[in-house]
Amino acid sequence: MENQEVLPTVETAKKLGLLPEEFDKIKVILGRTPNFTELSIFSVMWSEHCSYKNSIVWLKTLPKDSPRMLAKAGEENAGVVDLGDGIGCAFKIESHNHPSALEPYQGAATGVGGINRDIFTMGARPIAQLNSLRFGNLDNPRTKWLVKGVVKGIGDYGNAFGIPTVGGEVYFDECYNINPLVNAFSAGILKAGKIASAISYGVGNPVFIVGSATGKDGIGGASFASEDISSKSSEKLPAVQVGDPFQEKLLLEASLEIIDADCVIGIQDMGAAGIICSTSEMSAKGEHGMEIDLSKVPTRQPNMKPFEILLSESQERMLIVVEKGKEHIAKKIFDKWDLNCEQIGVVTDSKRLRFYQDGELVADVPADDLVLGGGAPVYHREYREPAYFQEFKKFKIDSIADVSDKEEIKSVAKHLLSHPNIASKKWIAQQYDSTIGRANRNTNAPSDAAVVQVHGSEKSIVITVDCNSRYVNADPEEGCAIAVAEAARNITCAGGEPVAITNCLNFGNPYVPEVYWQFVGAIKGMKKSCEAFGTPVTGGNVSFYNQSSDEGPVFPTPTIGMLGLMEKPDNMMTLDFKEDGDLIYLIGENKNDINSSEYLYSYRKTKGSPAPYFDIEAEKSVQETVKNLILGKAIQSAHDISDGGLFVTLAESSMNRQLGFSIKSDVSLRQDAFLFGEAQSRVVVSVSGTQQETFEKIMSEANAPAKFLGKVTKENFVIDSETIMTCGSAIELYEGTLPSYLA
Amino acid sequence: MKFGVVVFPGSNCDDDTVGVLQAMDQDVIKLWHKDTDLQGCDFIILPGGFSYGDYLRSGAIARFSPIMEKVIEHANNGGYLLGICNGFQVLVEAGLLPGVLLRNDFQKFVSKNIYLKTISNNALLTNGLDLNKAYKIPVAHADGRYFADAKTVQELINNDQILFKYCDKNGDISDETNLNGSIENIAGICNANRNVFGMMPHPERAADPMLGNIDGLEILQQIVGEILV
Repeated sequence: MENQEVLPTVETAKKLGLLPEEFDKIKVILGRTPNFTELSIFSVMWSEHCSYKNSIVWLKTLPKDSPRMLAKAGEENAGVVDLGDGIGCAFKIESHNHPSALEPYQGAATGVGGINRDIFTMGARPIAQLNSLRFGNLDNPRTKWLVKGVVKGIGDYGNAFGIPTVGGEVYFDECYNINPLVNAFSAGILKAGKIASAISYGVGNPVFIVGSATGKDGIGGASFASEDISSKSSEKLPAVQVGDPFQEKLLLEASLEIIDADCVIGIQDMGAAGIICSTSEMSAKGEHGMEIDLSKVPTRQPNMKPFEILLSESQERMLIVVEKGKEHIAKKIFDKWDLNCEQIGVVTDSKRLRFYQDGELVADVPADDLVLGGGAPVYHREYREPAYFQEFKKFKIDSIADVSDKEEIKSVAKHLLSHPNIASKKWIAQQYDSTIGRANRNTNAPSDAAVVQVHGSEKSIVITVDCNSRYVNADPEEGCAIAVAEAARNITCAGGEPVAITNCLNFGNPYVPEVYWQFVGAIKGMKKSCEAFGTPVTGGNVSFYNQSSDEGPVFPTPTIGMLGLMEKPDNMMTLDFKEDGDLIYLIGENKNDINSSEYLYSYRKTKGSPAPYFDIEAEKSVQETVKNLILGKAIQSAHDISDGGLFVTLAESSMNRQLGFSIKSDVSLRQDAFLFGEAQSRVVVSVSGTQQETFEKIMSEANAPAKFLGKVTKENFVIDSETIMTCGSAIELYEGTLPSYLA
Repeated sequence: MKFGVVVFPGSNCDDDTVGVLQAMDQDVIKLWHKDTDLQGCDFIILPGGFSYGDYLRSGAIARFSPIMEKVIEHANNGGYLLGICNGFQVLVEAGLLPGVLLRNDFQKFVSKNIYLKTISNNALLTNGLDLNKAYKIPVAHADGRYFADAKTVQELINNDQILFKYCDKNGDISDETNLNGSIENIAGICNANRNVFGMMPHPERAADPMLGNIDGLEILQQIVGEILV
């Protein structure tokens, strides 16, 4: 093998994204210099995307256990939790940022495809999707192009694949001008005892590749995702994959059928780093090896080189190890769905991966040394507090004038309702099929988190994705703790019980100590909050290098995807006011705080301030109280206060049924803090006349305070007897904003 | 009545359709597109989805599936046949219903609740529906703009073949309430023999009290209990 080609040098290794010391380590592992194919294998498997080499030390500090855990973080392609009654839920969030920055349509589409394969490769049928999207300034033509492409990509793929998109978040800030973030979440349902595993064992068992043919698309995508975006990135277009939702739909049905047919040892989807990733991870996990004949892999074009076949990230493929003697079962199922199903090798006891092409051995590497937890490098990166952190802390609320009169309140109100971060995302959401599956319980009843019925049971899953990255930037630890708390609050307000999270950690270049400091802080905050809410981390992904040479890193964006459980259908709570005359209360405490609010940031244009007020114990009390109010049937609506503060929360609760509100402000606070501040741990609830007694009784025993704000009215938004706007004009601003930029 | 729901590769509303009919205590089976036996079904439904990816043109390939020969035969013999969304697209491609379904006039996929007005009670599908009610039903399609030439439209009107039109929540039909630019606001039609029905909206997605809307159930209840003559 060594004689066939000139062996690569450390220069080649560097070009493939490896460090010189990593090249040396490979030589020690192999006991010789790797050939080019082998070096390519190590370069993708040891990229951040596959190995988590720069993050795993910190990820391991996160809580990952709870009595509900059926598959814990790192064990399988996605975490699985026990919903009771023999029902399991597999869920995960994943980024597709770098491909989307270059080719938004395909980048986002294949992100949707990839996350769903992670779910159904475990034997779970996906039932709902969410996504978390971040873009730059919406005035910028490139941003509009990215938004339209990403939204169409998500829609075209998800709609044809046939799984509803039931919610998500979209956020705009200049820091995402070059690097948009596209994080896709999917949740699926399986029978608790029937989890398919990504494992390979049993000498002589056949190894099959199924699904689409392998092409040259996406070669080196994993290592590409592990670099900064530069003007040269568009030269890497072949590193962006192309999606085919029709094939994915067929692959879904065929995969679930074969998993149910009792002939599968292990199955893994092919995402990042394609064949090499699935063969090595399954083999390492099962402590076996494989002999694979690359000539047998169905390809889209002739004369593909071994490294191209091994690294290709062509979509809609799976690797399946089948019990020897049951090959015919696999063949029959994939024939039925008109999909490729080729035996490309066998399981061996060597613990090595030996790849052949046309009878020649082209690569021979130990499986375990390629993977996370095996021989892949693990780094403790240097981190350093950035100068801005202390600067932000110096912010004093007195340096900002309070809103002077009702006219200024009107002007802030208009600004916020028509700000792209707050305005309705309907223009986007309506391009996603949200009603397929006849399980989306929010179609006719909006709530703070998405409620999706589990067919065949009384249960619903309650899911949300949340992260206010401005808070995380201001204070990574506190901001990330808030992201988890907000997710839990949203689930609680919808009537669910928080169960577990998946995370998508989007950061800049980990080799920059100030960026790594943000990462470390975010993990610490996540740990703190996850422990407080009893929501372990079941997995997710890390996306570093979200930064450009010109504009620096994006805001640290640890997107939290949280899963909650609703046991009974009528525990569901909605966010909209129901009737004129209902009483409006605030659960929690208002604070004299405008830190990092949309108001301070974009209306007052003060970019540097700490994260908003947050007290984790108060948060728990508020959530416990809201939960008791819902279970006690004591409220008509619950909506948490987040972006835009109390005013926006009241407006959002009013608009669905075209109602209004009349409230009195709190004279002990600044007007701007009362109306537009984003201090955490606050929920607005409405109470009907017949509920008042029950409400007061529950509140008399609650740990959280309730404050009477006012009443639901017919149509006007009234503060201290003055009409700020009509509901109709609010709707016009709220609904009209995104179309005005994008239509 | 025995229902058969055809599964094409890429169909994705087959489970929803079967699930609702089962919830209505109906005898229902799935029919695989490669089969050539309708297994004694009296009422065939072509469900929504993206048959064959809709890559050539929505519904264009599915009509060549082996099962379609029997489905066409069934319809030509007077058997009941309903196409929902992609199923409607397949029916016009197969020539079982007149007209075509073009890209929505706003050029995008749309998923939301819309309102439907029943135009004629003279069909099994709409037999007992309230002509004054606006039925709230979800749509989810990119190619839903019904179009036919003037002569065909006049025939549809003359023969009372227009079953549903897009309206607003008060039941008013106008250009403003036209979801996607369909000619005459048409959302659903039947053939001249009144045994083949096509509609873009998804009644099966509004048939469960848990989802807060059972207007679709009212429509589906019309086809239940009738025996093929």
